[in-house]
Amino acid sequence: MRSAIPIEKTPATSRARKTVVPAQPSVPPRRRQAPLGEIVLPLVGVALLVGVWAVVSQLAPFLPNPVQTVTKSWDLIRHPFFDRGPNNKGLGWQVLYSLGRVGLGFGLAIVVGIPAGLILGRSSVTRKMWDPVVQVLRPVSPLAWLPLGLATFQAATPAAVFTIFITALWPILLNTSAGVQQVPPAYLQVGRILQLSRRKMMTRILIPAALPHILSGLRVSLGVAWLVIVASEMLTGGVGIGFFVWDEWNNLSLEHIILAIAVIGLVGLGLDRLMLAAARRITNQPLG
Amino acid sequence: MSQFLQISDVTKTFETPRGPYPAIQHCTLSVGQGEFVTLIGHSGCGKSTLLSIVAGLTHPTTGGVILDGKEVTSPGPDRGMVFQQHALLPWLSAHDNVLLAVEEVFPSLSRKDQKDRVMHFLDMVGLIEAAQKYPAELSGGMCQRVGIARALAMRPKVLLLDEPFGALDALTRGHLQDEVLRIWQKFGQTVLMVTHDVDEAILLSDRIALMTNGPGATIGEVVRVDLPRPRNRRVIVGMPAYHDLKVRILEFLYERYELVS
Repeated sequence: MRSAIPIEKTPATSRARKTVVPAQPSVPPRRRQAPLGEIVLPLVGVALLVGVWAVVSQLAPFLPNPVQTVTKSWDLIRHPFFDRGPNNKGLGWQVLYSLGRVGLGFGLAIVVGIPAGLILGRSSVTRKMWDPVVQVLRPVSPLAWLPLGLATFQAATPAAVFTIFITALWPILLNTSAGVQQVPPAYLQVGRILQLSRRKMMTRILIPAALPHILSGLRVSLGVAWLVIVASEMLTGGVGIGFFVWDEWNNLSLEHIILAIAVIGLVGLGLDRLMLAAARRITNQPLG
Repeated sequence: MSQFLQISDVTKTFETPRGPYPAIQHCTLSVGQGEFVTLIGHSGCGKSTLLSIVAGLTHPTTGGVILDGKEVTSPGPDRGMVFQQHALLPWLSAHDNVLLAVEEVFPSLSRKDQKDRVMHFLDMVGLIEAAQKYPAELSGGMCQRVGIARALAMRPKVLLLDEPFGALDALTRGHLQDEVLRIWQKFGQTVLMVTHDVDEAILLSDRIALMTNGPGATIGEVVRVDLPRPRNRRVIVGMPAYHDLKVRILEFLYERYELVS
């Protein structure tokens, strides 16, 4: 990653720069305090949450307390990848199956959403034509699509993938379109003066200029896709972290459900961080 | 001097919700090869619109522009443009911003020759060392230099400068003006510049076209700058001719066509 290097605001800088390398103070005092803010404080937050949970579990007899949760699900924690037949797999497998569906649906949404967004962003005619459709379909809860998926594909996994696809599509499409519309006119004028071909205008100017928008759309999409997979697997069954939650509810194993919630959250966080890191790497700039 | 660039009776009327708005009317101006001509006027008078028409980015409602015997119908690299806000692509380094232009204009050159050309023009504006830096890492003045290098690297027939120094602080502006003057002298590059800075116009130009106020702005008067070249800002400021010119231009701008706001 590039770092923003402060540069003197005089045109002579290019020649004078060699001489103006200010000596860095050895370690800025703020750095030393960083571990407190970045490690200790989050740990305090987690501890407080566990504390509240412990208190509530004393009041609600059916809710397992933190110690019970860990002891009763210790087997699942220690062996994430056991495989005891199609209906009894470790949490690691459950997560991987779910991630596979999310990846497929998300991938399809990228393949459709980015080109569609580029077209919508460039053409106001297309935009006017499709805007009502997008505006009506976008607020629909993803799970409403699930029956249609089930009816169409006659199978659980394609239906779940289809639901992820529909859900992940809108943020990608709308962000790409908005990104293209917000490209500064001067960049396009540069392209016109250079007489760039239609294709080069896309690849050299429009897509790079809209990239931060596109990437933040992808990040939102991936987050929503992960939200939706759990719910849709609850309804479709099979192997997956969502179905695991439902299965454990039927077994009345709340300890395992609490563990699954933690795992779902951590995987979601991991996906988001991964996406953010990829976005930073691609655009060379912090995206917030 | 031949009439290298001929702007003939150009009128531009914008359609607005409140009816047609005539931005500029009946603008006629010719620029000889190697000449430095400046359009000056109050902000909003339509001088940038006129420049944009010469660039081919805007189509005139009536009238036309002829450059080197050919009518201007669309933008092209024979009219290198330097934008007010540099318009460098932020995801490309200074080097790659210029390279994009060189690639398009000289596709038959080898990769090495293209890169040599880029470095040649970055060197000309004194930015060799900043070649690999991105626009966000460069000062406003440095970005504008890259913009100038990019425009010159296209080997344009005419260089169009749209208030190129407007966004810079006074000291940087002075340095960059000297730089442009030096480059112009070295290459005999034909230049059409837009500005609202009277001193800048006098320092740089062979002739100055004074624009009246909009709506319906036009070129009211063209004055010749008979100051010896090469010009040095400290020397010419003391010359009586400089003073007379400045008074004449200021009279035009502030007494005859004072901005009504």
